[in-house]
Amino acid sequence: MAVLIDKNTRVLVQGITGREGEFHTRQMLEYGTQVVAGVTPGKGGQEVLGVPVFDTVKQAVAATGADASVIFVPAPFAADAVLEAADAGVRLIVCITEGIPVQDMVKTVALVRQKGVRLIGPNCPGMMTAGQCKIGIMPGNIFTPGPVGLISRSGTLTYEIVDLLTKAGLGQSTCIGIGGDPVLGSTFVDLLPLFEADTETQAIVLVGEIGGSDEEVAAEYIRAMRKPVVGFISGRTAPPGKRMGHAGAIISGRTGTPQAKVDALRAAGVPVADALYEIPELVKQALGRRT
Amino acid sequence: MKIHEYQAKEVLARYGVTVPRGRVASTPQEARAIAQELGGRAVVKAQVHAGGRGKAGGIRLAETPEQAEQHARDLIGSRLVTPQAPQGVPVHKVLVEEAISIAQEYYLGITLDRARQRDVVMVSAMGGMDIEQVAEEHPEAIVKVWVEPWQGLHPYQARQALYEAGIAREAVPTATKFLLALYKAYMASDASLAEINPFVLTQEGQCLAADAKMNIDDNALFRHPEFSDYKEESEEDPIEAEAHRRGIQYVRLGGDIGIIGNGAGLVMSTLDEVTRAGGKPANFLDIGGGAKADLVRNALEIVLMDPHVKGVLFNVFGGITRGDEVAKGIIEGIQSLHVKVPIVIRLAGTRAEEGLALLRGTDLIPAVTMQEAARKIVEVTR
Repeated sequence: MAVLIDKNTRVLVQGITGREGEFHTRQMLEYGTQVVAGVTPGKGGQEVLGVPVFDTVKQAVAATGADASVIFVPAPFAADAVLEAADAGVRLIVCITEGIPVQDMVKTVALVRQKGVRLIGPNCPGMMTAGQCKIGIMPGNIFTPGPVGLISRSGTLTYEIVDLLTKAGLGQSTCIGIGGDPVLGSTFVDLLPLFEADTETQAIVLVGEIGGSDEEVAAEYIRAMRKPVVGFISGRTAPPGKRMGHAGAIISGRTGTPQAKVDALRAAGVPVADALYEIPELVKQALGRRT
Repeated sequence: MKIHEYQAKEVLARYGVTVPRGRVASTPQEARAIAQELGGRAVVKAQVHAGGRGKAGGIRLAETPEQAEQHARDLIGSRLVTPQAPQGVPVHKVLVEEAISIAQEYYLGITLDRARQRDVVMVSAMGGMDIEQVAEEHPEAIVKVWVEPWQGLHPYQARQALYEAGIAREAVPTATKFLLALYKAYMASDASLAEINPFVLTQEGQCLAADAKMNIDDNALFRHPEFSDYKEESEEDPIEAEAHRRGIQYVRLGGDIGIIGNGAGLVMSTLDEVTRAGGKPANFLDIGGGAKADLVRNALEIVLMDPHVKGVLFNVFGGITRGDEVAKGIIEGIQSLHVKVPIVIRLAGTRAEEGLALLRGTDLIPAVTMQEAARKIVEVTR
């Protein structure tokens, strides 16, 4: 078992004929992901790296039985691509695209939630079940299978942490980059129950950052969890009112401060690493403490 | 993107939000002419993004056009020091408006509620105050209505919120129209904030936006050519402005160690790590994913525009970004920019070894981990 994706997941790529879409399709195939279809309107009938391309998601799903979609469509059209996938019956949608207008996501997220479709992202690196399936743009070579689950608002920071875990002999179950936007398809609390239920996962690393209150909400949920969680918050020294790259990473007024997040997590019994390199040690302690 | 009060009022007026008569002036002479048109008595308001303008002397009443001219002369070209901007913000323009007769001051705001993933409309009878302070001390004084996505704000919701907040009953019909127009402007502009504080009921019974604050979602600017003129004026720091022109995510932070990395989270953590090591970051700069040599060179040039920078730390964890491309960019940059300050570089991930090999034989200081990199840059710049 793993969280949301495994070796049987059948992936379709929306925007497969674009530069990014094609590059990452190659990487996913090399990792062993079953990429069964691509979609680019107007390019149906072509092939990319041996993968058949369709004009619509509906056609692609009917022909290939794809059950997960990854989106590399440019920002102005990305929300529509999510809706198309949701309407075609795909159960999991991973939206990599960065720069989607917030109002588009407010509408899109409301609709996919209503349909019961799982959306990861947007503005995210995707997700991995180590050794089985890679959906998105994470570098596969740093992952190794093991008991640690990871949920993160940041991309490269996730790579950094996975690399530290792997080097410390701590393999990973499933890693999910939830994205750096203010409105996300899945937040920490949407995903924590899946890791709690997953038989492969024995400890979870939660990587948050300044802005919003998702970490505080997660802390409340973690109180009732059986599995140990280790936390990290980036942007501890960021000044208020300055947007730190991610559209969601901003301390506005009194909300979104790193200290509030650290305090909330610690109050819920979550050890929070002050520096990245402390994470593997905290995870080892958490695994040892497990009953 | 933050836009100025006068720009927000231009936008709002287009959607039927009632605003005081007035125009923006760049010179004292213009200010005088506008005051003349308004009948002589006018308010002269510095156009800056910092809050707390009034207390800082940025809003002045003129009884005559001559006084308006004098106020404008004092304000334009000065730096306004407010509690929110202790180092001062430059004033380039003033808004000259009719003086209004205030009967009541209220508050109206629309923004995104991230936790609920929808917009929230806020109404309060306690206008003219810092709304965060009201929220803390009198949370019951702010009535909130959440807007259902795909549906929008219904007239009954606006009406209900205004009655509940205790807006003068006879003003509610006009205020309802005002609030619905504000919501329309917010949605049509892809705003992330539209705030009217104070929202004024005049002695003549009119509803007016005495002040207006609007932020526009940067991600939506591609579909708003009408805001392209506003972009330039939204920048206050010249280096930030230049960086954004070149498509680089840069935030100036005021220290002396330049920071360049890939990915917002990684760069933020690098700032944290440098601070922990006892250093003061000069900036945040994210070269993003898949950066090519040219972008890296540009990034270095931007960071070095800040004269306080005594050293630069590169922290790149290659996923899509390739270590050898980054190394090439750094080498090109150092040669063409005649860099004198020390540079510490930490490369990991995709093609990191190839990148490090290219850097061998140069003056660059290599580091294996982020922690080591932070320690080294603090040492060499001390």
